[in-house]
Amino acid sequence: MLSVRDLSMRFGGLLAVNGVSLDVNEREIISIIGPNGAGKTTVFNCISGFYKPTSGQITFKGKQVQGLPDFKISRLGMVRTFQHVRLFNRMTVIENLLVAQHRHVNTNLLSGLLKTPSYRKKESEAMEKAAYWLKKVDLLPLANREAGNLAYGQQRRLEIARCMVTGPDLLMLDEPAAGLNPKETRDLDELIVSLKHDYNVSILLIEHDMGLVMGISDRIYVVSQGTPLADGTPDEIRTNPDVIKAYLGED
Amino acid sequence: MLEVILYFIQQLINGITIGSTYALIAIGYTMVYGIIGMINFAHGEVYMIGTYVAFMAISGMAMLGIEFLPLIFLVALLSSMLVSSSFGWAIERIAYRPLRGGNRLIPLISAIGMSIFLQNYVRLGQGSRDIAMSSQISGGWSFGPEDGFQASLSYIQVLIFIVTIISMTVLTLFISRSRMGRACRAVAQDLKMANLLGIDTNRVIASTFVIGAALAAVAGTLLGMYYGVVNAFVGFIAGLKAFTAAVLGGIGSIPGAMLGGIILGVTESMTAAYFSTEYKDVVSFALLVLILLFKPTGILGKPEVEKI
Amino acid sequence: MRKNLPFALFTAVITLVLSLPILGLKLTHEGTKLVLEGATQSTYVYIFLAAAAVFLSQLFREQLNAAKAAVKPKGNILAKLMPPEEKRDMAGKIFFVVLLIAAVLIPFNTGRIWSDIATLALIYVILGLGLNIVVGLAGLLDLGYVAFYAVGAYSYALLSQYFGLSFWVCLPIGALLAATFGFLLGFPVLRLRGDYLAIVTLGFGEIIRILLNNLTSLTGGPNGIGGIPKPTIPMLQFDPEFSIVNLEFSRRAAEGNVAFHEFFGVPYDSSLKVVVLYLIALVLALVTIVIVRRLIRMPVGRAWEALREDEIACRSLGLNRTAIKLSAFTIGAAFAGFAGSLYGARQGHISPESFIFFESVIILAIVVLGGMGSQIGVMVAAVLVVLLQELSREFDEYRLLAFGMVMVLMMIWCPQGLIPMKRPHLQLKQE
Repeated sequence: MLSVRDLSMRFGGLLAVNGVSLDVNEREIISIIGPNGAGKTTVFNCISGFYKPTSGQITFKGKQVQGLPDFKISRLGMVRTFQHVRLFNRMTVIENLLVAQHRHVNTNLLSGLLKTPSYRKKESEAMEKAAYWLKKVDLLPLANREAGNLAYGQQRRLEIARCMVTGPDLLMLDEPAAGLNPKETRDLDELIVSLKHDYNVSILLIEHDMGLVMGISDRIYVVSQGTPLADGTPDEIRTNPDVIKAYLGED
Repeated sequence: MLEVILYFIQQLINGITIGSTYALIAIGYTMVYGIIGMINFAHGEVYMIGTYVAFMAISGMAMLGIEFLPLIFLVALLSSMLVSSSFGWAIERIAYRPLRGGNRLIPLISAIGMSIFLQNYVRLGQGSRDIAMSSQISGGWSFGPEDGFQASLSYIQVLIFIVTIISMTVLTLFISRSRMGRACRAVAQDLKMANLLGIDTNRVIASTFVIGAALAAVAGTLLGMYYGVVNAFVGFIAGLKAFTAAVLGGIGSIPGAMLGGIILGVTESMTAAYFSTEYKDVVSFALLVLILLFKPTGILGKPEVEKI
Repeated sequence: MRKNLPFALFTAVITLVLSLPILGLKLTHEGTKLVLEGATQSTYVYIFLAAAAVFLSQLFREQLNAAKAAVKPKGNILAKLMPPEEKRDMAGKIFFVVLLIAAVLIPFNTGRIWSDIATLALIYVILGLGLNIVVGLAGLLDLGYVAFYAVGAYSYALLSQYFGLSFWVCLPIGALLAATFGFLLGFPVLRLRGDYLAIVTLGFGEIIRILLNNLTSLTGGPNGIGGIPKPTIPMLQFDPEFSIVNLEFSRRAAEGNVAFHEFFGVPYDSSLKVVVLYLIALVLALVTIVIVRRLIRMPVGRAWEALREDEIACRSLGLNRTAIKLSAFTIGAAFAGFAGSLYGARQGHISPESFIFFESVIILAIVVLGGMGSQIGVMVAAVLVVLLQELSREFDEYRLLAFGMVMVLMMIWCPQGLIPMKRPHLQLKQE
């Protein structure tokens, strides 16, 4: 579904990403791991269109997407979360989910002003979808709270729910377990697996929590200093001498 | 033919004169923006106050019977720098520091309030009428035929070039060599990190306001002596022009401010000479819009990488 | 206290440096010479008192802060007076109805002067609500809002002068023209980051003003345009034949129109035209309130706010930021055009002087004072600002000084405004 070939990104003199390639197939959970500063988030930023890659090809559902504006890439069905949670803090939880459905609701000004039946229908559909996902991530009772007032773990879950209401095919999660306690991490684990099984979503994951990564990934890519180091199933990665060296050397 | 060339040269001289002072004011915008990423909206008022204080110093010394020109100029310069810097310090302390870190619109609005306050503060003390002063430094050199159009380069224009160049050199040396200058650059790179490394960021931010204000006072003194007129509202347009110059050259860059100032000054004097005086402000604003559209980082600015 | 002493002394000296030259000395013309005069003795006393106050407040800073913390009520004072969350909606509606009844009764209880001022207040309500969309909701600092106001006013003045179009035709045209200007300006500049946008819009406002000043053949230059007609009211007429006539409220109606007092056979009342204009303004303000209220609750309104909160997140969710910002900017401009036409009708004479930068600042102050995003806050603030301006005409020297100071202090103490925006409570089916 997603295929990245020879992706490179240069900032001035710094080659942050150098020749990274990766593939994500349908209903797959793929992880990118690597030491801090390895360029994982930069890869994400390139794929999602926030950065224009210096070179390389990105194909999503058979369509070349490198160079497309970020919002258009997102509309193709590829949405992401951020390393530092980015919610609409002063808006309520439910509003966060309604905004995410912007392109699915009726944005015609006139029909909104006149509250036409089609407008009402779309709005109530959006509300239902939002409520469905809030329930799924256990935030329904907090629907009318301001998002900025939620606990950290709840904000993380809300961010994922916000991605899901857009109806994506590929969900990209940037360190979703960072800052979560063990219980929350287990819940997250279940949620991600359920997204794959029950909603046919593929997941591309950046994560440092090895327990989580090894447990749920179908395949893993290891990146070090911007260059690809290894890739394979969790078992292959666990025993790969290069990876062990990179990680032990790092520590 | 000669006349046409001389006329053009005259416009060039006038443009560079005005442009140098824009550059001095622009430094204040560029430094503050470079460090806290905000426009100091009240900066134009600091410049205006500088002119008032310079006029006060000059007329005060005339009343005391002092006639030695270099002394008059020096006292005027230093006293306006002192007062303007104090205003710069106070602006940071009152309208910026308590608001740092929140919504970006809020300090901008408080600075607009500050700008209105200062305009009317000066109006309260000094009245709303224009204050005119006869020129202290007259004369100059003329080129061209005796009976035709003569281009002139006045002594005050030369003084403006020299003082601007000295100020810029001192500032550049200060930024690149001194401890405080190093701290400034560090804070501009990464405020949080600089703070963690033990740099007193509050002090650095305050000093950029003070340095910017001092240079605006230099501009105020020079332009005051050049035009010989001031009122409480000249800061607004001058500030806008200087900001344009800063953006034009690339905000955050000191040579950029100089370059931007001169380009803007020359554009303006050419528009006034060949097109129409009424539209010279329109042309400079249009220039600002065009720059922002096609090269938002300005001529010498570095591109910014969005932090995601 | 000991450790505060150097800083306290420093601030006291700074206070003196800030005030002694500007307030304590005065540059005056004496013949051709410029001389310095001293101020009155009391000025110096005040300056030193101010320095002493600053000194003491810095010296006893900790104690003062402790005292302030003890006295200061938690949260916004007005918010405390408000009814509890669940009853807010109902209370708001009742409050609104009471306010509306009071507003309708204003011209019948007060004289024509107050009706006239109330009309101005309503114009500022429209302006405030329009700018609130741009600044309060979408978070775009527009410092050239007055330009769109000018477009509305001049379009009515010019269209009625050259083509004899009536107020009711010009009103939508004015709004549409202002919106077009907003669109054309917004299209290129909305990509810019916040503070650049502020400066560019400020520059745009100035350009429009300079153009109005200099395109003398069209706009009358600095003298402006006079003789702008007051709105007429279309009325069905049965006699002599069934038709629609435009009623005028002046003593003698223009060609083709009928004077109100003649039509109804009542004695002429010169204050009537002021009252009618006020009522028209009230209707237009109501229309604005209703439209903006709807907009905020619509997808586009949510998108404006989301963009203000986090632009990057918006983009990652597939929102086209340029289109959304543009819609805020254009719709905001349309309301300014709307208000501008009304202003032209009220004044009867407009000139570039009414559309200076300071006017943009006043409208911005209304939004900020009321509470960015808060509709009711903006309405209250608009009325407050107009009233204060009228009441403080005699203290002209101090008026703007205080205005600037209040803006700074508001931002420091209560940036969310007098009546902070409240979030709509959305009812879920499953709840």
